[in-house]
Amino acid sequence: MTVLGSAPPGVTATPPPPLHHGRRRRARNRSLWVLSALALALVVIPVVWIILGVVARSVAHWQWRALVTYPAGNGGGLLNAIEGTLVLVLGVLVLAGGVGVAGGVYLAEYCGEGRGQFLRGASEVLSGVPSIVIGYVGFISLVVYLHWGNSLYAGMIALSILVVPYVTKMTEVALRNVPTSYREGGEALGMRTGYVLRKLVLRPALPGIATGLVLAVAISIGETAPLLYTAGYSSRGPTFSLHTSPVGYLTYVVWTDYNQPFASSHDLANMAATLLITLVVLLILGTRIIVATTQRFSPDRPQRVGRAPK
Amino acid sequence: MTAGAAAPPVPPPAPPARATSWWRAERLLPHGLRAVTCIPLAVLAFILVALTWKALPAIRYNGFGFFTRTRWFPGAFYSPLVTTNGITHPPLASYGALPLIVGTLVSSVIALVLAVPVGVGTALVVVEKLPPRVSNVVGFCLEVLAGVPSVVFGLWGIFTLGPFLAHHVAPIWADHIPDVPVLRFFKGPTGNGEGLFTVGVVLAVMILPIIAATTRDLLRQVPRATVEGAVALGMTDAEAVGAVTLPWIRSGIIGAAVLGLGRALGETIAVAMVGGVLLGSNIHSFYGAMTTIAATIVSQLDAALGDVSGLAVATLAELGLVLLVITLLANVGARLLVRRVSGTALPVGRGV
Repeated sequence: MTVLGSAPPGVTATPPPPLHHGRRRRARNRSLWVLSALALALVVIPVVWIILGVVARSVAHWQWRALVTYPAGNGGGLLNAIEGTLVLVLGVLVLAGGVGVAGGVYLAEYCGEGRGQFLRGASEVLSGVPSIVIGYVGFISLVVYLHWGNSLYAGMIALSILVVPYVTKMTEVALRNVPTSYREGGEALGMRTGYVLRKLVLRPALPGIATGLVLAVAISIGETAPLLYTAGYSSRGPTFSLHTSPVGYLTYVVWTDYNQPFASSHDLANMAATLLITLVVLLILGTRIIVATTQRFSPDRPQRVGRAPK
Repeated sequence: MTAGAAAPPVPPPAPPARATSWWRAERLLPHGLRAVTCIPLAVLAFILVALTWKALPAIRYNGFGFFTRTRWFPGAFYSPLVTTNGITHPPLASYGALPLIVGTLVSSVIALVLAVPVGVGTALVVVEKLPPRVSNVVGFCLEVLAGVPSVVFGLWGIFTLGPFLAHHVAPIWADHIPDVPVLRFFKGPTGNGEGLFTVGVVLAVMILPIIAATTRDLLRQVPRATVEGAVALGMTDAEAVGAVTLPWIRSGIIGAAVLGLGRALGETIAVAMVGGVLLGSNIHSFYGAMTTIAATIVSQLDAALGDVSGLAVATLAELGLVLLVITLLANVGARLLVRRVSGTALPVGRGV
């Protein structure tokens, strides 16, 4: 009716209701898709904005030397943080990788239905524990109660607790995607269960497991909260001693240096943030490459549908 | 290598001694794996027990008033300790978590209100309209957004997004809002960009990938024929979405939203960087400083170590326990809703 009101005076157009109705429906249809496209823009814009913003801030003062020198005073380099992040990630790969893959194998291959639901539920609940709570518990138990002091190993354990549920889940999903006929075929040929698992089932699941591990690495590179009070901070490289062996890591540099009153600190924070983003993007590209390559070479990939002949 | 998979050689009969050792190893394998699988369960139990045990003195000292008081005063650290109810503490110590709990809930709800429509809209456009190649790029964007570390979100929020919102976005409505009871909260000076509004937006961007990716995976599972049936009856695309597609996945969307809520509730570093400085006082304005439980734990733990009676550290444990309970309620609820349709694209929940 409002549409009619806006018609020029003298023109008493009375469009038939269906047409009028249709116009409104068309407008409503279009507005939904326009709003959805707007929503899409609101997803893409922040990604570009964050990456470009952080990178642009750092390239103006980028120093390659900073990647190979230890910090000194308010400036210096990031070598301690790079080494620390690397060592922490390696530790997480060993700890969380071992526990997570073993857990995924057990849940997918050996576990009964009821117990599986229970253990899976526990793992999911663990993945919902806020990272600061994990950091706090790591602090009061490992650092204080066990007298480890701020230590590389406390940081590794806290990070591993954080990522274990993801590794477990990805491993289990990867193994479940292996067709049951592989296992049945192996059993029918008289192989032992463990042999079937090692030789037949594990291999097709490897890309999925690797994806889970890469995701674990990406998460642990980017975490700050569980490390602040467990791994502490050191301006030197990791010492690997069990007691009081704090390490630096890239997120710590961002977290403390961004509001220091020194330009050199800001440069370091921005460089560390750029390194973090670069690493995360590379790792995500890595998972995509793993998935794409395995899909290309998988025997049961869907055949490309040819164009219909003219 | 398909040939190898199709016809692997039957393992030749091994010498008896070796066979026995293999058999033994294989019989033990499930037991070993089971023990390892129980580690996360044990860790979870340990977290709960350790937090509760550490929080006990604080729970006894703070009482139920912990949830209703506003004041946050660790007491006079350098005066002789006094004892109340059997708990040794610095004189005048008084803790109230109300502003923290309110801040946690309000910022997360703002994030949810902003992120759910955007996430669902994105998923709709990606699944219904975009060609596969473009939607692949959008998927990559979502994964990157999920993988960006929270410190980087904080850096972006405090230097770029916050000032932009405070100077260019919030003034659009802040000056024109009428001075009535509820809306008054959104009125007034828009500040410098460190505060509730910016935290809400940053959290919204952080949980967007969870909501968008989960909704996208859900939408792909809606049976095509049902939607086509709706269109064949003469519905427009939008009407089909409203009448068929969204109701079909409603519980899943709610689950994804609550999952995002779980992440927003527990987010620490970005909030601590962007939220400004506030402790012991309620939030005054939509644009003013605020803090959450998680941000308070991370910012106060250093200072709490100065309390020789240990009450400050215990109070932070109590805070952690409150946060844990809130987050676990959200997560367990969400997973019950999403379980039926759990996709494998993104291990949603925390980052990446």
